[in-house]
Amino acid sequence: MTTTTTTPTTTTPAPSPTAAPAGPPRRTSRRWLSGIALAAPFALLLLGTVLVPMGYALFLSLFTDRLSGLGFDGYRQVFTGLGNYTSVLGDPAFRDSVAHVALYALIHIPVMLAGALVLALLLDSAAVRLRQMWSLAVFLPHAVPGVIAGLIWGYLYSPGIGPLNDILPFDPLGDSGVLPSIVNMATWQWMGYNMIIFYTALQTVPREVLEAARADGAGALRTALSIKVPMIRPTVFVALVFTTIGSLQLFTEPLVLRTFTGTVTSTWTPSLYIYEAAFISNDYGRAAAASILLAVASALLSALVMRLSARRSR
Amino acid sequence: MKAPTAPRWTSRGAVHGVLLLAALYSVLPLVWLATSATKSVGDFSTSSAFEFADWNLGNNLRELFTREDGVFLDWIRNSVLYAGAGAFLGALICTACGYAIAKLDFPGRRALFAVTLAGVLVPPTALALPLYLLASQLRVVDTFWAVFIPLLTNPFGVYLARTFAEASVPDEILEASRLDGAGELRTFVRIALPVMLPGFVTILLFQFVSIWNNFFLPLVMLTDPKLFPMTLGIYQWGTRAPQFPDYNPLVITGSLLAVVPLVVAFIVLQRQWRSGLSAGSVK
Repeated sequence: MTTTTTTPTTTTPAPSPTAAPAGPPRRTSRRWLSGIALAAPFALLLLGTVLVPMGYALFLSLFTDRLSGLGFDGYRQVFTGLGNYTSVLGDPAFRDSVAHVALYALIHIPVMLAGALVLALLLDSAAVRLRQMWSLAVFLPHAVPGVIAGLIWGYLYSPGIGPLNDILPFDPLGDSGVLPSIVNMATWQWMGYNMIIFYTALQTVPREVLEAARADGAGALRTALSIKVPMIRPTVFVALVFTTIGSLQLFTEPLVLRTFTGTVTSTWTPSLYIYEAAFISNDYGRAAAASILLAVASALLSALVMRLSARRSR
Repeated sequence: MKAPTAPRWTSRGAVHGVLLLAALYSVLPLVWLATSATKSVGDFSTSSAFEFADWNLGNNLRELFTREDGVFLDWIRNSVLYAGAGAFLGALICTACGYAIAKLDFPGRRALFAVTLAGVLVPPTALALPLYLLASQLRVVDTFWAVFIPLLTNPFGVYLARTFAEASVPDEILEASRLDGAGELRTFVRIALPVMLPGFVTILLFQFVSIWNNFFLPLVMLTDPKLFPMTLGIYQWGTRAPQFPDYNPLVITGSLLAVVPLVVAFIVLQRQWRSGLSAGSVK
């Protein structure tokens, strides 16, 4: 690899200034083929592991298993149209799961993103020393697998094992404590990651703009709020989209907490609901319908956030 | 460069105080994991959370690697295979595709990129069940490939690779290579790939982390413990711990072993992932 990296510099002067930018037709068609050859492996993966499964799930979501005749022939697949969708949407357990995730998202997204933004602005301020060390420390939880993060916090919340049950004014594994506990687990994992993204975006804010603001007498807080934050708004919106999609998927943290407390039900979030429908109730049609609903909801929500961000930055 | 008259809220003490709190919040749970991995089952529930009790790490490790015929070793090997081979192959596939989309004209290029962007937005948990249903139709459930192949697909990696190719591979170099008579594939391997190497490493690192951390897909696909990655195996032991407390040290010591390689990788490869995140966030 090291020897080939030098070739570009030696070959760069080769084309004469009069060389045509596009090759002759024969070469262009060969470029077509090579483009397809290079893109094909990924295109096939995308087809086989995203498009076809989604299509198959869409197909399955229109059928349901019924006992045929007197039941001697076992189960038979019957077309139900949108029957699975109406049964999912009408299921109180599903509606509860949507409510849990909505509440979780309403707390987690602002808390985590605001925390990440404040930390990034602090790191970017002139007064800070050892930037690398701080940012690395806050980023480290992102390297921890979600299951392991769930287990660590589960132990920390447990009475008699972790200290948090004694310190906190509420029971982190109790009825009203579970939601903040899960918000905390997710915030712990994602705040540092987003802080780094915001911080690297802040580095691209032109220094002259900041100098000018300072010359006009703007303080650090003023500069942060009226110059730095507006300039990295596109980055913040991208983070918002990804956090929103991630929040809807909430699965691992509540699933792991289920081994520590009975408060989290087997259908606590839509993802858990899908898992329960498929592998405990063995109702693939209903599970497929719920999967499609989840995919559609997150696509719509992220489209909405992007639409809003496009309007804001105009 | 220094702020001449910083207002009180940015005073060094306050800023460093907030950063210190954030750092403690982030690191203390990991410290707890490390201290707890050294404790015996008895000390685990009786000694204070962050202090060391009698040093029992050796026993915990021995127990971890011998329980159930040493299945933990299989889990380590599987995680390394899924994440190592998967990330290398996946990053190569992403880089080739991102380069083709950025630099080569071929029919369907725009459509492919549009579908890729849509793929970024499909949540993996919504995809896991459809993948399971398809795999069970194809009778490949509970095989290595049922987990390995879907995790190769990384639409965000293609998006990143396209950004890297646009930013770092000048058209003049490609033109020069073509005039030298090199074919397109050769130009990609010999000229473009070396230039895109930092981007390739970034994609590889993040895909490694996401496969290593993946849990939902193995959970739905696998029932044979010999095929489990570490995350799934440790989770399964964790579900037994409430009834059988002697699983607690195994879960905690195993978790420590699952976390340490990634923490070390992130500390050693800081320059790569920092530059990678900036490339991904700016555009």
